[in-house]
Amino acid sequence: MAEIVVQGGSLEASGPFDRARALSAFKLSDNLFYWTTRIAALSVLGILGGIILSLIVGAWPAMKTFGFEFLWTQRWAPSAQPEPVLGALGPIYGTLVTSFIAMLIAVPVGLGIAIFLTELCPQWLRRPIGIAIELLAGIPSIIYGMWGFFVLGPFLANTFQPLMIGLFEGVPVLGDIFAGPPSYLSLFNASLILAIMVLPFITAVSRDVFDTVPPVLKEAAYGVGCTTWEVVRSVVIPYTRVGVIGGVMLALGRALGETMAVTFIIGNSFRISSSIFAPGTTISAAIASEFAESDGLHQSSLILLGLLLFILTFFVLAAARLMLMRLDRKAGK
Amino acid sequence: MKFLKATLAAGVLAATALSAHAADITGAGATFPFPIYSKWADAYKKETGNGLNYQSIGSGAGIKQIQAKTVTFGATDAPLKAEQLEKDGLVQWPQVMGAIVPVVNVEGVKAGELVLTGETLADIYLGKITKWDDAAIKKLNPSVTLPSSAITVVRRSDGSGTTFNFTDYLSKASADWKSKVGFGTAVEWPVGVGAKGNEGVAGNVGQTKNAIGYVEYAYAKQNKLTYTALVNKAGKTVKPTMASFQAAAANAEWAKAPGYHVILTDQPGDQSWPITAATFILMHKQPTDKAAAAEAIKFFTWAFEKGDKAAEELDYIPMPTSVVDLIKKTWSADIKS
Repeated sequence: MAEIVVQGGSLEASGPFDRARALSAFKLSDNLFYWTTRIAALSVLGILGGIILSLIVGAWPAMKTFGFEFLWTQRWAPSAQPEPVLGALGPIYGTLVTSFIAMLIAVPVGLGIAIFLTELCPQWLRRPIGIAIELLAGIPSIIYGMWGFFVLGPFLANTFQPLMIGLFEGVPVLGDIFAGPPSYLSLFNASLILAIMVLPFITAVSRDVFDTVPPVLKEAAYGVGCTTWEVVRSVVIPYTRVGVIGGVMLALGRALGETMAVTFIIGNSFRISSSIFAPGTTISAAIASEFAESDGLHQSSLILLGLLLFILTFFVLAAARLMLMRLDRKAGK
Repeated sequence: MKFLKATLAAGVLAATALSAHAADITGAGATFPFPIYSKWADAYKKETGNGLNYQSIGSGAGIKQIQAKTVTFGATDAPLKAEQLEKDGLVQWPQVMGAIVPVVNVEGVKAGELVLTGETLADIYLGKITKWDDAAIKKLNPSVTLPSSAITVVRRSDGSGTTFNFTDYLSKASADWKSKVGFGTAVEWPVGVGAKGNEGVAGNVGQTKNAIGYVEYAYAKQNKLTYTALVNKAGKTVKPTMASFQAAAANAEWAKAPGYHVILTDQPGDQSWPITAATFILMHKQPTDKAAAAEAIKFFTWAFEKGDKAAEELDYIPMPTSVVDLIKKTWSADIKS
């Protein structure tokens, strides 16, 4: 008690002058803090701008030489005489097709896992499965590449691919899509690896948004006699649609840019083939495998490919952000 | 205070100058000779205490680094032309050689059993020959039973000196290849799957039935792959052996080529292995750091004199003595250090 009194007394004694000094010192440190954090935040914009700028500068010779034709030229002949002929159609096609097939596989499976985890799973199993999914996201992509190369590729080439080829032989369109011969390295193998890699993103986001569905809605649905399937289809999915799409977009962004695993197993061929069992290439795989020994126009074209991928991913991620933002607004109401 | 700062600065300067003097020789470039350069560097360090820092970043990047003078020497698998050397003020010489062998994975076919010509090889890589029992292959191998299976063509996906020499050979052996594809470190492959690095191609061929690929000899040997025999320029069938590689090198006309610009594929001679390749070193005629350049020359002299055994252990082919003598003359004439 006595101490408090003494302290109070000393404060009184310090007077108004000291208080002003202390306040201005606080203000100074606050200002300093404000500017430090502000510069840190702004540096991100600076780095982003710098990357875009250096990509454009590096890609300029290729842009000047090939113009927009770069986008729909299929030939990729860096040593052609007299001038190299380079076009991005092969890598763009490969990037879009592998991502599309990966999504085709990963979205139903990922949503299935999320639905099981939130709606059907017994409590004791929830954590182990959830953790396993999260661990899947933590595996370095090179490991997926090696596994795809040594295990999955041979397995698919010896079992799944011959089956599909035999099944659809002679069928129009499908026969062309599943045309042989089976290959260890193909667009399809790369798509399957991508599907496994993006699965955790879809599951994690979907699980989180499924948890935001108010229990009262679900209980009401169950109350009027809905089956679990009907509740999921008519209550959970419609309520969380935007969030799920946002999660899918995030996964798509990852699939579009994935490099190492794809380079290992896609076969790196710039030719476009109607068959998904044929080798292909993606933008990032092309850059990864050719950049080291490239120069001049060849290197510039690879940088231009990088710029294209940047733009593509930017739009996909922007769309994802937009959808998640709309979800947040909805949840805020 | 000022005085203290000045002494500190001087001290730091002196320290960096000292360490620069004792620093390792720096080089960058081709990936193909990386194993032997690092083996030499190890042995050289043990013997002399001087280290070598070699970064295998690829031939193209190596050329760029030496042009920018960020390294003491550059290394490339595809030799620069004399005019280019003149323009950049560079000296070029071959340091060591290697051989490239076609490898196959066909059931029942043993190493060295299958015989191919440059033209059939080119036709396979052009996609004109698609099955192993094609008449062209059968004609060359009457005694080998070949399956009627589709050939899986494996090639490099990354730009590489191995591809440069392999496609150069195909261009010399087949007019069709020359006009349709040509040669280079990365070319427009008509068919096949691309694998990264020699180890990637070796792994793919080893795993895939009915596959064909091309790798450096060392990789074929280490991975116990089935290499083929080839018909050389003289029309003789040769197997990939140290003797046939050396024969190809001995028959090359190094003395007449400015800047040692010799590509060793398809050399004359009954014994010559047709896809042999040299790898080259680039240095400035007027190096900015004369001491470092002198150290580098010392290292390469040592490698020529004492490095042969190490090279052969790794399945590289040492340069013939006559060529080494020529190179030494070039050094003393051209490099001002």
